[in-house]
Amino acid sequence: MLPPVFGVLFDGIAYGMLLFVLSVGLSVTLGLMNFVNLAHCAFAMLGGYVTVILMRDLHWPFFATLPMAFCAAALLSIVVERILYRRLYRASDLDQVLLTIGLAFISVAIAAWFFGTQQQPITLPSYLHGSFNVMGLNIAAYRLFLIAIGIVVTVMLIVTVEHTRFGAQVRAAVDNQRMARGLGIDVDRTFAITFALGSGLAGLGGALAIEIVGLDPQFAFTYLVYVLIIVSVGGLGSIGGSFAAACLIGVSDIAGKYYAPQLGAFLIYLVMVAVLMWRPAGLFGRR
Amino acid sequence: MNAAANPNPTVGRQNALSTRGLSKSFGSLTVANDIALNLPVGARYALIGPNGAGKTTLINLMTGMLAPNSGQIFLGGDDVTALAPQQRVRRGLARTFQINTLFAGLNALEAVTLAVCERRGVTGRFWQNIAVNKDAIEEAYEILVKLKLGDCCYQPTRELPYGRQRLLEIALALATKPKVLLLDEPAAGVPQEESGDIFEVVAGLSDDLTLLFIEHDMHVVFRFATHIIVLVGGAVFTQGTPAEIAADPGVREVYLGARKHG
Amino acid sequence: MTDIPTVAPQLYLQSRSRWRPIEIVFWLATLLPFWLFPDYLSLASQIAVASLFALSLDLILGYAGVVSLGHAAFFGLGAYTAGLFSIYVWGEVFTGLIAGAAVAALVGYASSFIISRFRHLTLIMITLGLGLLLHEAANSAGWLTGGSDGLQGIEVWKVAGLFSFDLYGVTAYSYTLGVLFVVFLAARRLINSPFGLALRGIRENFVRMPAIGADSNSHIRKVYTISAALAGVAGALIAQTTQTVSLEALSFERSADVLVMLVLGGAGRLYGGLIGAAVFMIARDQFSGIAPQYWYFWIGILLVVVVMLLPNGILGGLSKIFARWSRR
Ligand SMILES: Nc1ncnc2c1ncn2[C@@H]1O[C@H](COP(=O)(O)OP(=O)(O)OP(=O)(O)O)[C@@H](O)[C@H]1O
Ligand SMILES: [Mg+2]
Repeated sequence: MLPPVFGVLFDGIAYGMLLFVLSVGLSVTLGLMNFVNLAHCAFAMLGGYVTVILMRDLHWPFFATLPMAFCAAALLSIVVERILYRRLYRASDLDQVLLTIGLAFISVAIAAWFFGTQQQPITLPSYLHGSFNVMGLNIAAYRLFLIAIGIVVTVMLIVTVEHTRFGAQVRAAVDNQRMARGLGIDVDRTFAITFALGSGLAGLGGALAIEIVGLDPQFAFTYLVYVLIIVSVGGLGSIGGSFAAACLIGVSDIAGKYYAPQLGAFLIYLVMVAVLMWRPAGLFGRR
Repeated sequence: MNAAANPNPTVGRQNALSTRGLSKSFGSLTVANDIALNLPVGARYALIGPNGAGKTTLINLMTGMLAPNSGQIFLGGDDVTALAPQQRVRRGLARTFQINTLFAGLNALEAVTLAVCERRGVTGRFWQNIAVNKDAIEEAYEILVKLKLGDCCYQPTRELPYGRQRLLEIALALATKPKVLLLDEPAAGVPQEESGDIFEVVAGLSDDLTLLFIEHDMHVVFRFATHIIVLVGGAVFTQGTPAEIAADPGVREVYLGARKHG
Repeated sequence: MTDIPTVAPQLYLQSRSRWRPIEIVFWLATLLPFWLFPDYLSLASQIAVASLFALSLDLILGYAGVVSLGHAAFFGLGAYTAGLFSIYVWGEVFTGLIAGAAVAALVGYASSFIISRFRHLTLIMITLGLGLLLHEAANSAGWLTGGSDGLQGIEVWKVAGLFSFDLYGVTAYSYTLGVLFVVFLAARRLINSPFGLALRGIRENFVRMPAIGADSNSHIRKVYTISAALAGVAGALIAQTTQTVSLEALSFERSADVLVMLVLGGAGRLYGGLIGAAVFMIARDQFSGIAPQYWYFWIGILLVVVVMLLPNGILGGLSKIFARWSRR
């Protein structure tokens, strides 16, 4: 028999993987452009609603909806980037914050208009439903699935960033934008693609999150806080940092709820403030 | 300061500013390599070198805007390596910037008054009207007049012509009453015929002020400097009087040669 | 070339802080609700409180360029302190205000050491995180704050022993307007002081400040503390005039609302927060029939429009129009 701490650890890491998929895109785009995108979770929410519509109204299987969630968020992000974000890359933090908070507010209202303010449940396929027992540890199939997805996404990201031409451009641009431009890298285009991929991942995360944390119009703000915490704790532009921070925050949150429920979300805020006091640029940040 | 109690024996007080073993690298790029310099009190020194030689970086290191990887900086014989930039300014080390670094929304009078008030230590006073500090305002105005900025000092900085903005760079530095002034290409970007005006201002500065300026125009350098330091690839290549530098074939090659396509 | 400007420098700087007629008109206009809208005095007093809160944010955001997403922390601290003060000490209002301001200032001073170390995203995150932390703390400390039920049992005495808080809000509005005016005078003084000039320097060019010998961090710590104290006064006013304090006083929404008010009116202008608060609160009152999420839809649209088309808020837009008009 394993002590409950392993259960907490398992759930925490599964939760962390979800948070990682939600947040990694923001981290990379922030590292690239220093653009403070507080509407990131609105894209995640879009992915969630796409999955809900496809499953409930069109009876698609869960797995088939996931790529659609990704694509919907990615496509919308391209449009938004073109029309609005592009003009504010050189604007102040404040302008970026205001614009993107405004978009998040709008997304909340639109979601409420179409779907109401209630939670949107989905019915998972039976093989993701149950749980099984390993040495007294209750392992939920869906959480195992989340960990698998998290690992797949991480591996794919690392392969893309480390071993492709596009990845090299992204790395060069994050590292030193001025130099990258000098080398003839089209940083704006690189950014637009990265932004679309990152928002797509957020959309995927939104779809995956429904089963764990539910989906309602407030999603765009509730999870924004988590995502921002992970990004700043992990360090801007660092995939490894986001991964570590997501695990740290996921485990802290689950452990906090398990061992000290009266503290509420206190623990993760404390973790964040403490990490940033210790390392202002985050765990893996260089600036 | 215990640094003051233990002055470095190799750095005499006759030197207003000295560096010892100053090194800095960005990743694999070494931009300052074991730099040891002395600026005697009242010096008129020029710092020259091809683009990217690390001249601006050296000023950043001296003023504390960049932290060196190793080495020390001495101001009037005291080790100031550990001091923050503003503390060095208060001890008399001022600089200007190659690229205008001004207060775009303030007018020249406000900007220079701010610098004077900072020096006088009155900027913490949130309860009194700025106009109460008559002396500070008049001092600021005198500096502006001296730099021929008196007639446009109520105009927002961002609306000033570029040449005036370059002068305001110097005015802001002078308002700190420096003992040592480091000028980073004071006439950068100014048309040839106006750059003379700027250097006339520089030449007219008080004799006890120790001056180091970066400049690419060799005519200007030979005219105003009593001593020239040549920086190449982050290291001091050579230094000497203008005549020595002009006669040095190595300088011709590395510096003047590089300038042809620079 | 003449080197002599038309006005002497000292007189010029003095003249910039002189009262302009439009300001006097503005403050006289704040008295109009007593006669014109006697039914709306409680709204008017809420506007006065919101204005004060926006003014406090303006000091750090508009003048020193410190973006905060957690300013409600100090509003809430002031509100809970004043509420608890009236329950456990006494109901005298002015001492309650001072208590609220003092506690907010104390916490502001402590956190200013954190705030002043950061810029950009990290700063936004830290302010957000500290704000949420305090919200959670108040939620958990139900024995003190009443938790999600809010703080009950606040009773305040008559203002100056003469005027009790009436149903129509005559006393409430007179009281909040009076406090707002006094605080405004102080803020106006601050803006026109050497310290105010240094704050504008920080906003205009953070990099240059150390090069003129300025210790920006110490300025930021000071203004953050002052701003926290003023936000605490605003919170204390809301506790005293409504006689309840709920967790909402510490919420992210309140931080976001005050930011919206300020940028709507125009940050970095003394009257920006006041105008923005008035427009925001009146609009919200007019649209109070619609569900809150749709209200935020319009706020969202407004933010996008302000950022894209009206970068300096209403006052910035007006002064631009006025400048263009007077040039012709
Ligand atoms: N913050 C930085 N990060 C990375 N590299 C830098 C940084 N600052 C300067 N460099 C590099 O260091 C080298 C020296 O730069 P520096 O600005 O000191 O040159 P300089 O001699 O002033 O040249 P110029 O005559 O063009 O002004 C350059 O190659 C520059 O690209
Ligand atoms: Mg340079």
